[in-house]
Amino acid sequence: MDRNKVDEIIDRYNAEKSSLIGIFQDIQQEYRYLPREAISRVVERLGIPVTQAYAVATFYKSFSLVPRGEHEIHVCLGTACHLRGGQRLVENFERILNAKAGGTTADRKFTLETVNCLGACALAPLVRVDQKNYGKVTADKIAKIVKEYRPDGEGKSHGEN
Amino acid sequence: MGKENPMEKIKNPEKLEKLRLSILAEQKPGTLQVTVCGGTGCLSNGSEQVTLAFAEEMKKQGLNGKVTLKKTGCHGFCERGPLVSIHPLDIFYQRVSEKDTAEIVAETLGQGKIVERLLYTDPQTQEKISRHDEIPFYKHQMRIALRNNGRIDPTDIREYIANGGYAGLGKALTSMTSEEIIQTIEKSGLRGRGGGGFLAGRKWQSCRDAHGDVRYVVCNGDEGDPGAFMDRSIMEGDPHGVIEGMIIGGFAIGSNQGFIYVRNEYPLAVKNLTIALTQAREYGFLGKNIFNRRFDFDIRINRGGGAFVCGESSALMASLEGRAGEPRAKYIHTVERGLYEKPTNLNNVETWANVPEIIMRGAEWFASLGTEGSKGTKVFSLVGKVKNTGLVEVPMGITLRDIIYKIGGGILKDREFKAVQTGGPSGGCIPKSLIDMPVDFDELTKAGSMMGSGGMIVMDDTDCMVDVAKYFTKFLEEESCGKCTPCREGVRRMKEILTDITAGRGAEDAIPLLEELAEAITLGSLCALGSTAPNPVLSTLRYFRE
Repeated sequence: MDRNKVDEIIDRYNAEKSSLIGIFQDIQQEYRYLPREAISRVVERLGIPVTQAYAVATFYKSFSLVPRGEHEIHVCLGTACHLRGGQRLVENFERILNAKAGGTTADRKFTLETVNCLGACALAPLVRVDQKNYGKVTADKIAKIVKEYRPDGEGKSHGEN
Repeated sequence: MGKENPMEKIKNPEKLEKLRLSILAEQKPGTLQVTVCGGTGCLSNGSEQVTLAFAEEMKKQGLNGKVTLKKTGCHGFCERGPLVSIHPLDIFYQRVSEKDTAEIVAETLGQGKIVERLLYTDPQTQEKISRHDEIPFYKHQMRIALRNNGRIDPTDIREYIANGGYAGLGKALTSMTSEEIIQTIEKSGLRGRGGGGFLAGRKWQSCRDAHGDVRYVVCNGDEGDPGAFMDRSIMEGDPHGVIEGMIIGGFAIGSNQGFIYVRNEYPLAVKNLTIALTQAREYGFLGKNIFNRRFDFDIRINRGGGAFVCGESSALMASLEGRAGEPRAKYIHTVERGLYEKPTNLNNVETWANVPEIIMRGAEWFASLGTEGSKGTKVFSLVGKVKNTGLVEVPMGITLRDIIYKIGGGILKDREFKAVQTGGPSGGCIPKSLIDMPVDFDELTKAGSMMGSGGMIVMDDTDCMVDVAKYFTKFLEEESCGKCTPCREGVRRMKEILTDITAGRGAEDAIPLLEELAEAITLGSLCALGSTAPNPVLSTLRYFRE
């Protein structure tokens, strides 16, 4: 972990205690998780209790204490997506990626997550990969979406949960 | 974009009006203009590529300089995106793809001809409709909170000003006292659009009256209700509307600092709000001595972390302070002791967006719309098994039937309407027998549901009501912060019982047990997430017991 990088992120927020969540967001984005050393550095610089840092790090869904995959797949399970078959999409992704919802593929290429509404309900069911939304997704489109980020073959068969 | 020189600050309404007229003159009325919807729905359908293709085609066909191209916020009719409008011809094209742009540029822009196949077809009459305001989806709407959505480029403050933006702030700060502003808001009957439905003016008054020197104003943009996305569209498509409302509120309440708390799932909202804040500072609408009223105000944006409970006001404030978002007991009102223990006035995005219009057009105007207890309009997100999904703004008191059939075009695949879910996880399902009920805060509550933030999820005869109730208990089980045991454990137990019922293993006493649990959860939870958690189950029992 690059300590200067973490310091730079903390400085963006003038090391304000109230910016803890924003600082964690940026660290999460940089490293795809909150490395232990980074949390320690934030605790030190902000002068907050370690318990507060971990309370926040484990309370909010945006943060992870273990590295997430290179691409994050969010399958929306808001009400509209639920009614239009969101759950089936999750199962299909699980099968194709060989990883459970909440898990990361063995090649660390993808993390599969469910989310309780992405706010694009008119396009239900919705899948978001990183910042890109896919609307009205059907089961047969899933393989194609995955392929966009992992061209054929690569680390496909050996997954983990 | 007004970035060429450090802007001279706008200090009086006359100067603002002069600026407005000069922007309008610059825009050369009569110039052909293509607007492409850049809301999240249309973006997902490829509107970015459509915009780029238009730019290229216009260059290729030698129309550069003669036609302007603009990317706006959400038009609302997401089902039919990407949406394109041609002004001033007032032609509305839907489901436009990159491939269509050459033809639109050549035919419509070049020769003023309509490209028939891109028009909306009324499914009932099979008639092609070219004008936006004649399409049934739009015809029955009345847009106040969404007034600028789809009309202006949200990243350009000058467009907001050209449409009358910041005139409400100018009026409030140069010709009204803070008492008058609060009275106007109270008399207008504006109720909080986030779920509680509390009278906004009364809340402002309590906050102003609260003891202390420092007060805060907060905008709740943590739109977590599944099925609702109006706040997102407003923040993305008309960020200045929210900001202007907050500045007026800040002045009325006696606050110098505002916060906008935005869900982490809404990156475009954060981006557009950030741009808007910078521009508002440049023009002097934020900062020191706004409109020479010896009033300083600024706003900062905080991102959430993906926790539904942070939409609850005290949890949101804990999160703003950089802590885990756990609600606290309600007997301490946040208007007296909120953020950092200071008096804090929190309203949601749609509520704030209504404020400038009410100031401009007066309390009587707003109060003349809607019903006895619910004034004005409400934005609903019409989704689920309905033909025309999207965002609709209608006067309070319109019937469910009008929303679902007139605006929504009826049920998908012409199946049978079964129920509509409103109010998110705190609400309930309204059955077919109540389809002619007027929709407002009180009627929805009477029907055992609630307004919530305005999500309307339409269900047809293939949807299982127990499954929907189970869905919400699962949702709430995941999102319960865990502070209160009745909510944390009780909701889980409800889900287990419902799972047994759907699997055909329901015990005989399952339903009385559900009712008993519901009562305990309602009584034993600190915040609204817990106390309303049994609503989806209770409303299902009420209308769909069999």
